[in-house]
Amino acid sequence: MHKVYHRIDNIAGNVVSIKADDVQYKELAEVVSRNGSSLAQVIKINGDDVALQVFAGARGVATDAQVRFLGKTMKVPFSDALLGRVFTGGRDPRDNGPALTENMIDIGGPSVNPAKRIIPRNMVRTGIPMIDVFNTLVESQKLPIFARAGEPYNQLLARIALQAEVDIIILCGMGLKHDDYLYFRDTLEESGALSRTVMFVHTASDPIVECILAPDVALAVAEQFALQDKRVLVLMTDMTNFADAMKEIAITMEQIPSNRGYPGDLYSQLASRYEKAVDFDTAGSITILAATTMPGDDVTHPVPDNTGYITEGQFYLRNGRIEPFGSLSRLKQQVNGDTREDHRTIMNTMIQLYANFKETLEKQSMGFRMSKWDSKLLKYGERFEKEMMDLTVNIPLEEALDLGWQILADCFEPMETGIHSKLIEDFWPNYAEQAKRS
Amino acid sequence: MKTNIGKIVGINGNMITVAFEDAIAQNEVGYAVAGDEKLMCEVVRIRGTLADMQVFEDTTGLRAGSDVEFSGDMLSVDLGPGLLTQIYDGLQNPLPRLAEMCGFFLKRGTYLPALLDDLKWEFTPKVKVGDTVTAGETLGTVPEGIFEHCIMVPFSCQGTYQVESIIKAGTYTIKETIATIKDESGNTRDVTMTQRWPVKVPIKCYTERLRPVDPLVTQVRIVDTFFPVARGGTFCVPGPFGAGKTVLQQITSRYANADIVIIAACGERAGEVVETLREFPELEDPRTGKSLMDRTVIICNTSSMPVAAREASVYTGITIAEYYRQMGLNVLLLADSTSRWAQALRETSGRLEEIPGEEAFPAYLESVIASFYERGGLVRLKNDKEGSVTIGGTVSPAGGNFDEPVTQGTLKVVGAFHGLSRERSDARRYPAIDPLESWTKYTSVVPREQVEAARSLLSEGTEIGQMMKVVGEEGTSIEDFVLYLKSEYLDSVYLQQDAFHDVDAATPADRQIHVFSTISQILFTDMDFGDQAEARRFFHQITQTSKDWNRTEMGSDDFTKTEKKLLDMISEVTKDA
Repeated sequence: MHKVYHRIDNIAGNVVSIKADDVQYKELAEVVSRNGSSLAQVIKINGDDVALQVFAGARGVATDAQVRFLGKTMKVPFSDALLGRVFTGGRDPRDNGPALTENMIDIGGPSVNPAKRIIPRNMVRTGIPMIDVFNTLVESQKLPIFARAGEPYNQLLARIALQAEVDIIILCGMGLKHDDYLYFRDTLEESGALSRTVMFVHTASDPIVECILAPDVALAVAEQFALQDKRVLVLMTDMTNFADAMKEIAITMEQIPSNRGYPGDLYSQLASRYEKAVDFDTAGSITILAATTMPGDDVTHPVPDNTGYITEGQFYLRNGRIEPFGSLSRLKQQVNGDTREDHRTIMNTMIQLYANFKETLEKQSMGFRMSKWDSKLLKYGERFEKEMMDLTVNIPLEEALDLGWQILADCFEPMETGIHSKLIEDFWPNYAEQAKRS
Repeated sequence: MKTNIGKIVGINGNMITVAFEDAIAQNEVGYAVAGDEKLMCEVVRIRGTLADMQVFEDTTGLRAGSDVEFSGDMLSVDLGPGLLTQIYDGLQNPLPRLAEMCGFFLKRGTYLPALLDDLKWEFTPKVKVGDTVTAGETLGTVPEGIFEHCIMVPFSCQGTYQVESIIKAGTYTIKETIATIKDESGNTRDVTMTQRWPVKVPIKCYTERLRPVDPLVTQVRIVDTFFPVARGGTFCVPGPFGAGKTVLQQITSRYANADIVIIAACGERAGEVVETLREFPELEDPRTGKSLMDRTVIICNTSSMPVAAREASVYTGITIAEYYRQMGLNVLLLADSTSRWAQALRETSGRLEEIPGEEAFPAYLESVIASFYERGGLVRLKNDKEGSVTIGGTVSPAGGNFDEPVTQGTLKVVGAFHGLSRERSDARRYPAIDPLESWTKYTSVVPREQVEAARSLLSEGTEIGQMMKVVGEEGTSIEDFVLYLKSEYLDSVYLQQDAFHDVDAATPADRQIHVFSTISQILFTDMDFGDQAEARRFFHQITQTSKDWNRTEMGSDDFTKTEKKLLDMISEVTKDA
């Protein structure tokens, strides 16, 4: 029998404090007041002062509210019955389905032993050349999409989710606009992918604490599926909202802020979520794609900055295209050596030439005379943007590589590309004929 | 002796406040009891009868009123044969054995012995009864992989000792007494093959510290030629994310000319450590022909593992490095990344509600960084041999801006600075070490004049490049344009290196000397071109040929042929005297 406390001492933000004894750190409690009831979690103990974070927010909590400790920590139900369902960040059903209560598992569990991880080795094909050719996505990768608010990052996430070969899709919405939530739901439903999807959606109007819970709940479920030998893709949108929710709570808790008001443990907090991405030795995998909006399009803002140090690369989405500069998949080297022998060379050469094109563009805008070399670059850049970068392009990797050679051959002499001789001989379109002629 | 027990009175994140009665020490280790689990923690502040302790584990489920058992020791590591090839977490728990016990996930409160008790070692005594010894001197040796592992008089011994007894040659476990020694006042002490040492205290059993002079060859051209590191020196690699810090460290850990490499992965991605720990056993150490793992110790406290143990991990790493240095070996410690360690200090400091310094880092940050890098160095040991610890730390500055406290605190105390730049990595010019910003205080593997000349050419070329953006190619004289092309040529065929190509990935010192002198010769040849387009075309050609040259095995026919082809091409455009 658990004791019930009736006297709340302080209420600040979403945190209430009471006097209680024999309480566990991070234990759950139920707070019932005349305006409703909510779960709460112990976040600080100082002698017999216990601070509790109220999930539904402290609005309307009365000083005589009943607080009953439950003697357990936060858990989430796990079974195949989750598939096709939609829940809130606080793991209550958001659709009209029944609440699930069986097979409860811990959230925010310990990290995977590095000795039990394996080197990622499977490419995830997306049909988007800017990803497949230039920054290959790899199973078990954790990768954010950096974008300004307003860029179609949710559309990109949805498209990757539908085209990637995975067993389970888990959507974790944080501060998601309700329209965007409906967009995800409808898109997945139309394509028939809803039956292998679980959604945990915190919308912008839901209690802020649930925004922090959503990724933990989603990732705990993902982990269980992965342990059942499933390939899981987790989509998180938007991690900046998650960080802002942490900031809000840290400031109300009077923690010393470190950088632009964010708590000092921002890096560790983000890392403990992203590091759930894993390829298990002898079991499945978790791949994480997370949208991170950059306030003011500034990559040095603490959220994208810390994220960049945690994740295995990043995609920059700018003007509706995946920007080749700055975008990086750190794991691509694990897989792009085994696709086709020209993959790496095409990848590097085309980007280097595109960088040269950008320089020429700058020169052109300043009114300089264009040399012959410059004109070649201009022609190349235009074709590259149109035929490779455009997000509507949807071709498999091999076709994209062939296309790359074709564009190069249409614009340059072989040696101008700086590609070493052997590959030129093997892959340059009509090289033999050209060599004969000259 | 009865155990010293305190009671938890407060919990905030990984910080607990403990009321105690008997004496405790700063940095003493204790164990907080949570049900049947015991969580390791360390005293970080004492106020009256209350001690603040940081817990090295997740604190979920701890209760106010629970016991904390104090151990009486500071945070220590086990030193002895069997450390090499191991993969430890920040508290020296062997991760593979932990995985065997606990499965996929780390289990808190599980601590395993760092060294195996039941393994037998082939001991050969090196002293006889009656010999006089002091701390750090060798009593005997055991073979550990490719090394003669010295069993030394414990570093904590003070004054001189006499050998009372020494076991005869044979196989023993690390728990067996191999010698008994007696100090001046007649107290005897049993010595086994292992000893414990507190990680935050430097091992100082040497006669003097020497100035690091000889280069530590990393086989990365831009490093060895332009910004070399000395054996026993220190260097730091700051750079924004995605600039290639970790790849650079992985290459260094593979090819560097050190006896032992200790990799301290501190608060970084687990995936990167996995690459190292899965690949190293397969890779061959070119110097010994054995697996690279045989000379490696990995300390791995990745970003999602408990924060307090992150701080411990760099100290665990440096202590093991110092231990092997005591045997006269050259040790390279690579810490990736020291910023994560600094952030761990910041988190702790914030929970202690200390007055924050710049960017909320604690005020003592710089002195902590300085005293860490000062543990590197070249020393003369008591037996006149030399041993060294070289420290290379990466720094991950917020926003890629080097004006932040961790980078600045580090730059003050290191001997070489390899600054990575976003521009170079965006342009895929790897390794992205900025050739104009970086510096070193150590000596290069190639003659100094050549390096100086090449560096000034680089900076002139960059200036011309900047100028050309304003005045255009047509406004640039052909001489300046050629100079610009030369600097670009040097950049693309020498400074840039393909880390994923078998030959190009590692360039030994003799090859660097040879290639660099040829390239210097090309750079300082007066060349004659009709117009800029012709010059550009020519440099495209020699760039391609030189890149092919980089990809051929030194000493092979192709190598000689390509070199000759290159020189022939040059002589065609050489201005007649």
